[in-house]
Amino acid sequence: MQMSMIDALERNILSAIAEASDDAALESVRVAALGKKGSVSDLLKSLGGMSPEERKVNGPLFNTLRDRIGEAIAARKSEIQAAALNARLAGERIDVTLPPRPEPQGTIHPVSQVLDEVTAIFADLGFAVAEGPDIEFDDYNFTKLNIPPDHPARQMHDTFYVAPQADGSRHVLRTHTSPVQVRTMLKQQPPIRIVAPGRTYRVDSDATHSPMFHQYEGLVVDEGVSLGHLKWVLEEFYKAFFEVNRVELRARPSYFPFTEPSVEWDLRCDRSVPGKIVFGTGNDWLELAGSGMVHPRVLSMCGIDPEKYSGFAFGGGLDRLAMLKYGIPDIRPFFESDLRWLKHFGFAALDVPTLDGGLSR
Amino acid sequence: MKFSLSWLRDHLDTDAGAALVAETLTSIGLEVESIEDAGARLKDFVIAHVISAEKHPNADKLKLCMVDAGSGPPIQVVCGAPNAHTGMKAVFARPGVVIPASGEALKIGTIRGIESRGMLCSARELMLGEDHTGIIELAADAEVGAPAAQALGLTDPVIDVAITPNRGDAASVFGIARDLAAAGLGTLKDGSIEPVAGTFESPVKVALDFAPDTASACPLFAGRFIRNVKNGPSPQWVQDRLKAIGLRPISALVDVTNLVSHDRGRPLHVFDADKLNGKVRARLAKDGETLLALDGKTYTLDSGMTVIADDAGARGIAGVMGGEETGCTEFTTNVFVESAFFDPARTAATGRKLGILSDARYRFERGVDPEFVVPGLELATRLIVEWCGGEPSEIVVAGQPPEWKREIAFHPSAVKALGGVEVSRPEISRILGSLGFAVREGTRLAVSPPSWRWDIEGEADIVEEIVRIHGLDKVPSAPMTRAEAVARPALTASQRRTRLVRRILASRGFNETVNFTFVPRAHARLFGGGDEARQLENPIASDLDAMRPSVLPSLLAAAQRNQARGFHDLMLFEIGAQFESGAPGAQANVAAGLRTGAGARSWTKSAHAADAFDAKADMLAAVEGAMGSPMTAPVKAGAASWYHPGRSGTLALGPKILGRFGELHPSILEAFDIRGPASAFEVFLDAIPEPKSKGKSRAAFAPSPYPAVERDFAFVVDAKVAADDVLKAAKSVDRALIERIDVFDLYEGKGVPEGKKSLAISVRLAPKDRTLTDTEIEAVAKGIVAAVIKATGGILRS
Repeated sequence: MQMSMIDALERNILSAIAEASDDAALESVRVAALGKKGSVSDLLKSLGGMSPEERKVNGPLFNTLRDRIGEAIAARKSEIQAAALNARLAGERIDVTLPPRPEPQGTIHPVSQVLDEVTAIFADLGFAVAEGPDIEFDDYNFTKLNIPPDHPARQMHDTFYVAPQADGSRHVLRTHTSPVQVRTMLKQQPPIRIVAPGRTYRVDSDATHSPMFHQYEGLVVDEGVSLGHLKWVLEEFYKAFFEVNRVELRARPSYFPFTEPSVEWDLRCDRSVPGKIVFGTGNDWLELAGSGMVHPRVLSMCGIDPEKYSGFAFGGGLDRLAMLKYGIPDIRPFFESDLRWLKHFGFAALDVPTLDGGLSR
Repeated sequence: MKFSLSWLRDHLDTDAGAALVAETLTSIGLEVESIEDAGARLKDFVIAHVISAEKHPNADKLKLCMVDAGSGPPIQVVCGAPNAHTGMKAVFARPGVVIPASGEALKIGTIRGIESRGMLCSARELMLGEDHTGIIELAADAEVGAPAAQALGLTDPVIDVAITPNRGDAASVFGIARDLAAAGLGTLKDGSIEPVAGTFESPVKVALDFAPDTASACPLFAGRFIRNVKNGPSPQWVQDRLKAIGLRPISALVDVTNLVSHDRGRPLHVFDADKLNGKVRARLAKDGETLLALDGKTYTLDSGMTVIADDAGARGIAGVMGGEETGCTEFTTNVFVESAFFDPARTAATGRKLGILSDARYRFERGVDPEFVVPGLELATRLIVEWCGGEPSEIVVAGQPPEWKREIAFHPSAVKALGGVEVSRPEISRILGSLGFAVREGTRLAVSPPSWRWDIEGEADIVEEIVRIHGLDKVPSAPMTRAEAVARPALTASQRRTRLVRRILASRGFNETVNFTFVPRAHARLFGGGDEARQLENPIASDLDAMRPSVLPSLLAAAQRNQARGFHDLMLFEIGAQFESGAPGAQANVAAGLRTGAGARSWTKSAHAADAFDAKADMLAAVEGAMGSPMTAPVKAGAASWYHPGRSGTLALGPKILGRFGELHPSILEAFDIRGPASAFEVFLDAIPEPKSKGKSRAAFAPSPYPAVERDFAFVVDAKVAADDVLKAAKSVDRALIERIDVFDLYEGKGVPEGKKSLAISVRLAPKDRTLTDTEIEAVAKGIVAAVIKATGGILRS
């Protein structure tokens, strides 16, 4: 067979391959060339009738032809498959601008978030978290805190009373978290270092008061505890909580029945821009905490020897901390469960405040 | 407690201005609430001479004035005041000055075609009174161009101080001066009082009329008769002083009592002696006794209150308010002045009960100086005689001052130990001395508080006195050491669990709420509460009167409010207390959640209505999150009455209910006006067992190398058969081999007989020690079929 004929055969087959537009057409080209009776197969078969010399020349020729055709078919096959895949994918196009499946976005209430922040700080200061019930013994809420029976705070216009119980006892909704001090001291001897957050109640409802609110209370009792330690703890706490490099506290003598001396603390701040507070600088003072050295009579009533131990206690509003830090103007919506408010002021579920990561973003 | 700076200077020799006085007061515990300094407030207003006041050419009621304000050429001003006239001295504001009444800066204006370059001011425009009928006319000799405040007599700043309940001694200008002097702001002037000799025996006698157990109500009662007085207005300086602190001058006799009360903290009362019948006595009121008081109201008294009475009955509410009928008038010629000591607690209780806030009560309830009862009477006598003439009787006294003398052992080292600041021994003695304490020196000081300091009981009180006067700002911060270098955990296991569950629920899409723990009684009743023991005696609102027996009513009410605002797809939760009774500690910490709505509408059609299985998943997520391990205990059908009876379940371990879930009962939704569907769950966090402490190390990880096999089965069982029964039966065949069973299909309808259902399960067999042979698999499969059929009476679906 002449070379020119082989070339022509190859050209014909390759052109048929190139023209094959789908798997079936390509298969018929393959059968026509490489099938049992295919043109290339016939050439290969014809080798059997050749002389050894002819075979030596034509053998490689025909075999390489078969290989080239095979490769061309395979290559074309990939092309056809790729084109088919592309065509399928083109048909599968979606509108990716459509919104995804709705997923509810949960939130953490600001009071809970701030509670976690406060806890993180006090944990680092070596405090443990203590708790007490919302309904409290009059004795723990008042008497053991040196609040005498005729004190105005006990009046019904200040304190919520629960109806008399079957045994005649009459309990209160705790008016502060201070009864947790009592509960702690009654069951534990010093050293004591606790912080007690929780819900508190007072008969008060107006623009700036809610009948239920949250307080946090700190108590430290040990040997050699003084006002200086109290000041240090509050400075460190506010600095960490408001995430500023320095704070300046102003102490004012005050009066609480359960502390002596009693001190109120103001924090230096700048309120010159309406609706904004910057801490640590400025010419304004913000009242933040009531405190004092635990009254010796309170220590005695709670089974702690005031000759040996001294202590300090402090307390403030948890809601108020949240309001100040996060610019929440009004306390009442904290407890109104308006979904819009919850989403606006709430925190992401996994946004857990830590000291190493920073309390807030 | 208000006072003016000039009044303070009556008792305190000081150069300090109002600002320094105020700052010092706050720093020593007498918190300044406000400084009203009209002089400073009105510093831009000047005295002007009205050179001419002519009729405005274009308006009948307006005047065109030329004004000399002390500098520059005459100024043209249009003025509407009818009293504006040529030659007068008036208060003038230039353009740019802020007018107090409007709060706005004055502009140059054109009024009826004439330019006006300033304003002549009325009292109301300066917020000095209500008068706006005309402009203020100043004295003819007022100096033109000088600040108007001086001519208006407003150069005396008024300071308002909040007196804490323990500081009755500071409820007087003298007492405030004493504190300021101790703090180094000046020298306290001599406050001693020269007695006024009586010239005759008082025709009015006094008596104390108490049983021994109530004698403390009034241990000392003194009085004095002054005859032939002429009551009229008090001197101008007295009226000015009283007006400056917001008191209305009434008459000389009444003004004396107000002056002495504020000046020395000694409340007094003046009776028109001619209206008294017989002996004046202090006694307890009779229940139901009534009195027309000086405020014009009639009060009904009870036997817990002290009254001043004569033979005709109660004439005054002791320590609180005098009676109208025996009060002094302009016609009073004989006056009986009362000065007494009334028990603080009883006076406070009386005032509260009657709703009377008076200057007398303010002082008596804080505790007055028992040694100043008679001196105060002497001071009042002197002033009355000075202002009204008359002749004083001898003083009549019943009882004696209550015992107040005491000595407190004081270690000077306590100042540093408690107060955290070093104060020298001489300074300690100086401070105590200047506050009126007597100090006997020794290693321990023997400190005797003065008669006016009822609040000083022990060493800590004395430390407070020293530290507050020495300066709280001098207390240095003292770092506290922590026992461990690395902080220990602060939370108890239960607190940690609460925090975890809170964040688990939020991560499931719930919005955390915090609601009042008191709810309407009607709502409480729907949740097994509302009984008397959980009621509040004095709720903030009549419909917030019951301590909640469940968190769900709070969430339902919250959901209703949100639905009313157009939000129907809600996921709300709260972690908080529910109350089992009204006793302390009878409360459970509950995590409760509520889903409402058909799910968010979306083109993906992925939403589904809130149902019991959502709530079941929520509950299990919370329980398992709290436990830190899978919950294997089964759920039992049915929960509490507020759930759908056929679509709710309870998770319990023995008698302990860990959680409940389900669709809410339609009657609950109706009661709360909630648009359903709605499902809810409650998890009782305290009931969930603490994880068994097995150390921190996890069990060994030993995955089986042998292939697991899954086989599917479909059973046709009675519709009433619980899926759990099918699963239990299947599982029982080989607990070791069967790793898990899933329910992958549930079908009722065509092809399944009426009253039956088809339940398809997939069982995964996971051998640990060999590869299962077909024979073994077949044997287990047969066992499962047999067990399920035996347990449920069902058949294998062919």
